[in-house]
Amino acid sequence: MLFENIANASAELFTVQTVLLMMIGVVAGLMAGAIPGFTIAMAVVLVLPFTFTMPAVQGLATMIGVYVGGLSGGLMSGILTGIPGTPSSVATTFDGFPLARNGQPGLALGIGVWASFFGGVISAVILILVAPNLALIGLEFQPWDFFSLMVFALTVTASLAGDQLLKGLIAGLLGLLIATIGTDVIFGFPRFTFGNDALTQGFAFLPVLIGLFAFSRLLNDVRDRDVAVRKLSERATHSVKIEHRKAAAAVITGWINLVRSSLIGVFVGILPAAGSTISNILAYDQAKKASKNPKEFGTGCIDGIIAPEAANNATAGGTLIVMMALGIPGDIITAVMLGALLIHDVIPSPSFISDEPVLAYSIFIAFFIANFMMLALQSFTLRGFVTVTKVSMYMLTAVILFYCAVGVFALNNVDFDLWTLFWFGLLGFIMRALGFPIVPVILGVVLGNIAESNLSQAFAITTDLKPFFVRPWSLFFLTLASFSIFFPSFQHNRGKKKWTLFFIPVFLIALTPSIFMMNGTIRPLIAAGMLLFGVFLLWRRYNEEWMPEPTQEIPENLDA
Amino acid sequence: MSPGCILIWSGLEKMTLNRDVIVAVVLLLICGAFMNASFSIREPLFNQMSSALWPRVILTPLAILSFIYLIRSLVSGGDRRVKRGGVNGWIGHYKYPIACFFLFFCFLATLPYLGMLIGGLLYVFIMLTIFGGWGPRQLAMHAAISIVAVGAMWSVFTFGLGVILPPGEILGYL
Repeated sequence: MLFENIANASAELFTVQTVLLMMIGVVAGLMAGAIPGFTIAMAVVLVLPFTFTMPAVQGLATMIGVYVGGLSGGLMSGILTGIPGTPSSVATTFDGFPLARNGQPGLALGIGVWASFFGGVISAVILILVAPNLALIGLEFQPWDFFSLMVFALTVTASLAGDQLLKGLIAGLLGLLIATIGTDVIFGFPRFTFGNDALTQGFAFLPVLIGLFAFSRLLNDVRDRDVAVRKLSERATHSVKIEHRKAAAAVITGWINLVRSSLIGVFVGILPAAGSTISNILAYDQAKKASKNPKEFGTGCIDGIIAPEAANNATAGGTLIVMMALGIPGDIITAVMLGALLIHDVIPSPSFISDEPVLAYSIFIAFFIANFMMLALQSFTLRGFVTVTKVSMYMLTAVILFYCAVGVFALNNVDFDLWTLFWFGLLGFIMRALGFPIVPVILGVVLGNIAESNLSQAFAITTDLKPFFVRPWSLFFLTLASFSIFFPSFQHNRGKKKWTLFFIPVFLIALTPSIFMMNGTIRPLIAAGMLLFGVFLLWRRYNEEWMPEPTQEIPENLDA
Repeated sequence: MSPGCILIWSGLEKMTLNRDVIVAVVLLLICGAFMNASFSIREPLFNQMSSALWPRVILTPLAILSFIYLIRSLVSGGDRRVKRGGVNGWIGHYKYPIACFFLFFCFLATLPYLGMLIGGLLYVFIMLTIFGGWGPRQLAMHAAISIVAVGAMWSVFTFGLGVILPPGEILGYL
């Protein structure tokens, strides 16, 4: 079945046009990722309008090309200029830039490229193996479970706003509220139109997303005229030759670090909203802890380049696993892809892989192939990157804002979408200025209708609220949601306050009842293991006389 | 005065009107307006979930959180990371984004007359000039960027993707 699906999808994917479009997507992603301040999500958002007229496979393959290219593009800027192109390459600069400055830019770039490649390929294999099985678990979900999953997705997204949890939660709820404007998803009744007929159709998701995210971000970037007119990179950048053979050998030699970092990347990708911004730092930290020579980190250490680059590319596989298996976007990029699927009348859900095997496996294979394309095209793009760094931000902003308008109009050919873009751009800009995170609003808009239809289905079966708390999966997600709200406080006080010592053990123990209630023998065994581990942690901390242990903090930037 | 009263009084003394307080009040007003509007939503005929229930499920925690935000802002003096300086300071700080929004607004408002091509050319050119300067060299460069970028984009969508972009009354007559 697996091979049959792969064969069918390959026939659909490997056409000259699709492969060419994917290559263009990878180059566009590499360039976008290389530009400091220009995020991967922005690149994927901007490519979306071009895909409206394409078949679904072609459109999604192009977007995956941009995604993979963008994840790897950040390393060029980070290694050559010391300024990470995207937040997902922050840790790459720690050792990549020193190694380049020590006279080995070709080797530094090569290690970054090959680590990205292997990280991407490892996560693609995990994606192909795990997503269909996770989708089978997803088929167990009933409306209550789905609704609780949405609650968890929103709370964890809000919690990643760090010490701005309150603003994060408000932002998420605002997103949900925006999704209610227009026509109710169940009966088609008009809602919150305030007498304006244009609002009856509601806001199309993409103009809202482009407005809130891309439009507001671009205008934020040109807030300071002096910065806006400056070239994208003030530091002189030269095209260098990537030392592929030496770099590949170095990366393969450090295979333990490579595999560990890739697994960290996949795991972080599976968590809603976490993304490559966090995974690259986590992987770097773990590589440093596991290294025999941790003092070499920060001076041009090869393992310090392998870890973040493998992790950030592997994160893409993790986010795709959740989107493909459960139909839930984990971050802005997968939210855009979900929007692209909806444009092609494909509704992602746990039955997506079994209902649309050709499309699903095309996405898997496209992700796999895009990594090879990235490897082949990186050297070529390097020359383009050197040219792009000579452009000023205000030039890009002016052109891209116009492009946003054209792209948004192309969606439905209605002026209303342009005004939606404008108003939501304004809203996004104000929210950013006031310190509200944007990602929870966007996820709220995406998840709003899905959550409402699941709640309606649940209430159609019974108006009793008990199933939310007694169904295993629902209880599992609600427990996760509850703890995720306290996570920022835990992170902030970790190593400083005593109560943080209880957080992880209590969290593990609290999760066990829901897992014990699940069917089969493996899950209760996992629950037993978690329970024992939680108790063991408590016992160990008791023996350590409840002394807090100092740890590092995770960055709060969510705009990956 | 009892210790409890002293505590409340000292808390009230610390309260200041700041930007976060205004935002919290606006959020509460939005909650009120939406909650009020939710009573005008049609009820389903059968015994199913009302169309107003989900919005109310959202509005209730939103109102509670906004209220907490209000109290916190009043007591703590708002987000210290947000720069201060009054309305003038705010306008001065954001004058370029405000100009961009105004230009984009004009671009949309004139779209039925100028169309996507002419309107886009003007929009990109003026925006580039606001940032890049008015010197002859800059003007020539901005004109070239506008023509190439807008022309290319317009051509790709019109001829390549078959999207009929608004022609505007001017091009419509030609």
